[in-house]
Amino acid sequence: MASSDTPRADKDAAAPARKGLYGGLPKAEPGGLAAQLMRFCDELRKEGVQVGTSEILDAFIALAEVSWAEREDFRETLAATLAKSQEDRHVFEVLFDRVCFNAVEAQASEKGLKDERFEGGERIDIEDLKAQIQAAIRAGSDGEMADLARLAVAAFGAQGESSGVIGVDVQRIRRALELRGQAAQQGESTPEGLDRERLRRFERMLRRELERALIQRTESLPPARPLAEFDRTLPSGPLQDLAQVHRVVAQMKRRLATHGHEARGRKRSQVVDVRRTMRASLETGGVPLRLRHRPKRPRRPEIYVLCDVSTSVTSASVFFLSVLHALHDAFRKLRSFAFVERIDEVTEIFERERSFRTISGRIAREAGVSDVSGYTDYGRVWLEFLTRVGDDLDPRSTVIVLGDARTNGREPHAPMFGRVAERAGRTFWLNPEPRLYWNYGDSVMAAYEPYCDGVFECWTTKQLEQFVNVVAGRPAVTP
Amino acid sequence: MAGEPDGTVAPNSLEELREGLGGAGYLASESAALVSYLAYRLGKPVLVEGPAGVGKTELAKALSRYAQRRLVRLQCYEGLDEAKALYEWNYRKQLLRIQAEAADTGWDDVQEDIFSKEFLMERPLLKAISAQEPVVLLIDEIDKADQEFEAMLLEVLSDFQISIPELGVVEASTRPLVLLTSNNTRELTEALKRRCLYLWLDYPDAERELEIVNLHVPELPEAMSRKLIEVVHMVRGLDLKKPPSIAESIDWARALIVLGATDIDKSVFDRTMSIIVKHRTDLDVVAERVGVRLGNGILGHAESG
Repeated sequence: MASSDTPRADKDAAAPARKGLYGGLPKAEPGGLAAQLMRFCDELRKEGVQVGTSEILDAFIALAEVSWAEREDFRETLAATLAKSQEDRHVFEVLFDRVCFNAVEAQASEKGLKDERFEGGERIDIEDLKAQIQAAIRAGSDGEMADLARLAVAAFGAQGESSGVIGVDVQRIRRALELRGQAAQQGESTPEGLDRERLRRFERMLRRELERALIQRTESLPPARPLAEFDRTLPSGPLQDLAQVHRVVAQMKRRLATHGHEARGRKRSQVVDVRRTMRASLETGGVPLRLRHRPKRPRRPEIYVLCDVSTSVTSASVFFLSVLHALHDAFRKLRSFAFVERIDEVTEIFERERSFRTISGRIAREAGVSDVSGYTDYGRVWLEFLTRVGDDLDPRSTVIVLGDARTNGREPHAPMFGRVAERAGRTFWLNPEPRLYWNYGDSVMAAYEPYCDGVFECWTTKQLEQFVNVVAGRPAVTP
Repeated sequence: MAGEPDGTVAPNSLEELREGLGGAGYLASESAALVSYLAYRLGKPVLVEGPAGVGKTELAKALSRYAQRRLVRLQCYEGLDEAKALYEWNYRKQLLRIQAEAADTGWDDVQEDIFSKEFLMERPLLKAISAQEPVVLLIDEIDKADQEFEAMLLEVLSDFQISIPELGVVEASTRPLVLLTSNNTRELTEALKRRCLYLWLDYPDAERELEIVNLHVPELPEAMSRKLIEVVHMVRGLDLKKPPSIAESIDWARALIVLGATDIDKSVFDRTMSIIVKHRTDLDVVAERVGVRLGNGILGHAESG
């Protein structure tokens, strides 16, 4: 493709290039796409998607094979060559709208090709639109629905009634269009009710149109780093989308389940299994051509997890509880405990319940974790833990504490914790606060740290995975 | 459909491939068809990821049926190594040869002789590379194999050649269509991903799954298959250890035919639930959530009981 005179990824320089197009320089157009794509790839890289040169080349070669007029084909082609995991795909989707299509719209407006949806906004007959949309949803045609969603956003946006919150706007437009889903109780599809799945699809399109409009107005991506941001805001965001926590943990769960397998097979161990070697040598007339090795058995750790569920770690404990949830599926010998002022075993709840909501509800209701004040009392927790399960601890067991070590000014009883750590083979502490805040205020992390085999700050899934590598991966201490 | 000189079929357009796959019994989603088409045109391997039971392996089989190419399958597992994936020398035969000729042949001759193609056992990868007619190579569950194995694949995937120290380099005479599937249990290496096109397959939406079930079990009445899909989708919505796959929806539909059921009501559901749900704890959850709704007649147009 002809190289354009536009240095890529330079917004100031990209603007004149667009102006050139506006001035009617048709030659620049292929270069325009190349530059646009390069800019897109650059944006992807900035978001942490690994886009190599070979991938960009692939994208160009692949684009030559599909029709560019088909928007979905164009997008899928780029996605297949550039975004190579689910997370990358998510970032890709968000960026694609911004970089590619907004660029087109920007060009269109510069060229003076006013989109009729802005002009016609007031003139659109609402009644007519309603009927059209209902028909489109019944027919289930995606293209039609997308166009009408755009029209609907324009029609209602033109009236200047934007609440600024996309979710609210979607519902407002839906109500204004009088779109109703089939009532759940009715069996037969009623003539006026619409298929709920399709209606949801239409809502999604409305949402996307609104997002696009918002992106265009503010010239910035609303949640700029969908996944990365999620990682960062774990400790402070109590309004965390639970489903998102779960998705990440579910992913980790699968990783955990297969973790350590690579060290399991026969291949890596160096101990020769004489009996099997002799047996194999019969095939070759008694000449031991192939050595057989003894398989290596993986370490089966017994894990005790102590989880702080007090208010000072509210947001983190959602994360921790879902981690516990995941750990329960991954390790057979796992006992979990929750504590605030007192400690209680919650293993059974985790084993019996599947839904995360039920679990957190039952822990709040049934576990005898708080007493009078509702503030964490680490000292008392150690004492109780020692008396209740102290005898079960042996050098094969691993104790993991999830907590912020904020004692609310009470006696930390560090020697008691020392005795727990002494009986257990390994002790780890996961703190949901950044290391910077440790030992400030009532945090007594320093008192407990010497007894632990490892202390970790842990408030992102990435940190958690690192920790899991230590526990399930290569055992540091072999009893 | 364009017939190639070697008797295989290659698509000329995206539509053609989609229809061809449909004819081979696979209703491809937009993206699956597009990425397969690109794989054909660019000759690049495709990495297919997605939850278990969404038809990843089936896509490869359908492609081989459609293109009338032989399917060469390599099932990955822990500890899979070159000897099982690429080639192996047939030691026993070599030994016999040496013994047979021991007396009057010089070592040089024997050595020349025993490292020839005759004593080479072809494993799936070498078989796919050295095949005379183009094949479809399916590398199944690549995430189960070790990381070192991935590194070994790189040569095959990017240059379509295998180096055998004793013989030299075996180059592909025809380009195989390569599909790698992964359940995403571990992150694959960047190097491998870079060489592949990426396709994420997810559970199909209700309409498509209905089409799939109708295609495979045409005897099932429309109303029942619609209800079956509705139930399956609801079950998938629950937080289960193992959500039902497409193959299991089809199995369930077949089972209903065998049982001669005329409607999916609570008793039928209770009896046949184990076809789509295969975990004790999951069974409890499903019985509680879905069974009750079926009993109340909330779902579809079920009459209670």
